[in-house]
Amino acid sequence: MKPFAIFRKTRELESQIDQFCDTVDQGGLAFKLGITSYLEGDTAAFEDKLKQVNELESQGDSLRRMIERRLYTQTLIPESRGDVLGLLENMDQILNKCEGPMWQFAIEKPEIPNEFRADFAKLLEAVVEAVEALVAASRAFFRGLETVSDHMHKVMFYEKEADKVSTKLKMAIFSGDLDLARKAQLRNFVEHIDNIADTAEDVADRLAIYTIKRSI
Amino acid sequence: MDVAVLIFLSSGLFLGWSLGANDAANVFGTAVGTRMVRFTTAAIICSAFVILGAVISGGGVAHTLGKLGAINAIPGAFMVALAAAATVYLMTKAGLPVSTTQAIVGSIVGWNLFSGSLTDTATLVTLTATWVICPLLAAAIAAVLYKGVAAGLRAAKLHLIRLDAYTRAGLILAGAFGAYSLGANNIANVMGVFVPVSPFTAFGIGEQFVFSSAQQLFLLGGVAIAVGVFTYSKRVMMTVGRDILRLSPIAAFVVVVSHSLVLFLFASQGLEHLLARAGLPTIPLVPVSSSQAVIGAIIGIGLLKGGRGMDYRLLGVVGVGWLATPVIAGLFCFVALFILQNVFNQQVYRPAEYALSETVLARAAAAGIDVAPVRALRGIRYPSATRLGDALGERIAIDNQTLKTFVAYAEVDRMTIDPRRLPDLGDSLLTAPQLAAVERLAGQTFIHRWMLDEALARESGEWAPLPPTTVNRIANRALDEKRQAVYNLFRVAPTR
Repeated sequence: MKPFAIFRKTRELESQIDQFCDTVDQGGLAFKLGITSYLEGDTAAFEDKLKQVNELESQGDSLRRMIERRLYTQTLIPESRGDVLGLLENMDQILNKCEGPMWQFAIEKPEIPNEFRADFAKLLEAVVEAVEALVAASRAFFRGLETVSDHMHKVMFYEKEADKVSTKLKMAIFSGDLDLARKAQLRNFVEHIDNIADTAEDVADRLAIYTIKRSI
Repeated sequence: MDVAVLIFLSSGLFLGWSLGANDAANVFGTAVGTRMVRFTTAAIICSAFVILGAVISGGGVAHTLGKLGAINAIPGAFMVALAAAATVYLMTKAGLPVSTTQAIVGSIVGWNLFSGSLTDTATLVTLTATWVICPLLAAAIAAVLYKGVAAGLRAAKLHLIRLDAYTRAGLILAGAFGAYSLGANNIANVMGVFVPVSPFTAFGIGEQFVFSSAQQLFLLGGVAIAVGVFTYSKRVMMTVGRDILRLSPIAAFVVVVSHSLVLFLFASQGLEHLLARAGLPTIPLVPVSSSQAVIGAIIGIGLLKGGRGMDYRLLGVVGVGWLATPVIAGLFCFVALFILQNVFNQQVYRPAEYALSETVLARAAAAGIDVAPVRALRGIRYPSATRLGDALGERIAIDNQTLKTFVAYAEVDRMTIDPRRLPDLGDSLLTAPQLAAVERLAGQTFIHRWMLDEALARESGEWAPLPPTTVNRIANRALDEKRQAVYNLFRVAPTR
């Protein structure tokens, strides 16, 4: 669709916002693949994904800054500018929270006992589902308010799911006979991963308010 | 043009300035207040379109105001406009959403009372009825439009950023349309009273385009409005946009469009012509209040949303405005005219004289009025239309229409045709056959305007009015303007 040349800048900004959503989405997926590779012991694939998450994170940062600068210098969307900035910054947080644990895996190289691997995989699955649902809800916020809630409830659902799996994992870790240091280390990793779903839920809660504000 | 004329026009320009300062905010207030459109952009667009609307489409509404009362002396017109402007100023100070329309109408009626002219009740009723209809119509249009726009946006699923860009473009277009309608509808308030005493002469640019004296006045008034927009409207826009109307940009767009449609409906001669040609009832060309149209539109959207959080006090305030504004302006005008006439020795109205001569009675009889009971009044001269009305009322049961006819026939307005003065009219107002007709009447004196009208019509078909159907209204209005110019040119100062 090419309506008018005067809306060229508008289209550019629109596609930047879309790209930003893509980046967060891909960040979640790369995170999942990377950790899965780590659990499977495929170090090369893990390193590759670590690099990718890294790049996505800085790409997200620069996109966010570009969008924010445009919104302010061109005084766009005066009514919901603050909300959109909040949303973008919080989504950017998710990328940061994906990058952090990846580095910790790379630095600490924790040894994950076999009996916990399946649950780690489940946790990863739930967390990434939550992130994907959040990205879908955000896209809907920009394009059509009616469908925001269709995605929002999935964020809540997978966040709960992630909580359940992480509690179960932590209980299993601490009821085993590993030494306390390893127990504590494993618990940290569980919490770091679960944290991503918590952040997704926080962002979703704010998004719900932004949506109500826009529909009045 | 002499300096005194400019001084007398100044009150109209002041009224225009305050209209620009206040009513531009109705058109661009929300857009500027919410920072969707920059003030400079808004002010430039607003000024340009107000002037265009005033010059191109201002005529119809001015004609209606002229029917209410034709102010026939420039100091009188000065005071009528000044009384209206002062009322607007005072009411604004009191925090009431005041309407220049209602002020000027009250003021004109004040002049009518002072000069003993007849107030055309039919026009007055049309005017006041429109004031009630205007906000209601704006509310209805806004509600329908809002539903439509909301459904359209849901279907279109526009990106937030694109919606924002489209809304901006929409607000600018709607604002331009609004400014045009405001100019077309409200210029009559500012300059209408000066039209019969306009100091300008018509001139033509090329063959087709004639810049009439009324249009030159409207241009001047439009410029005054534009100055008001640039110098003072920013503050009002910020207030309207932020404090009074907490509207989303989309709702603001709907409000501006509804407001503009209403003003346009009540100002467009083109639309009137189209409706008449299609055999539909026409919309009277009447100055309406821009502020009240906006309030109506907001209430329309508010009710659509269930009436929550609405300020019902506003409705009361509008009602008070309907009553208070014209009354205050009328009283103010009456008192001020008295002072201007008796303290400053200015002629605030041209003294009129009404006489029931044999010719007048014959003409009235020809028009189907039973003149036998009033034959006894023959030869008596009355100093004002109201006195004549009283005298007639004592003899016969007289309705408004008959009275109007009598007054029109009996008014003495001496004119001697002197073709040497014709060049003063400018070379483009009259057509060649019309000029020739006037020239053939050289040297003749007419005691009543209708006698001159009939003589001219006998000389040339181009001086004959078309049958008074709605389709012909515009042409007849133009003819009226030409006749008025001829009367002014050949008028002989009354000998008393």
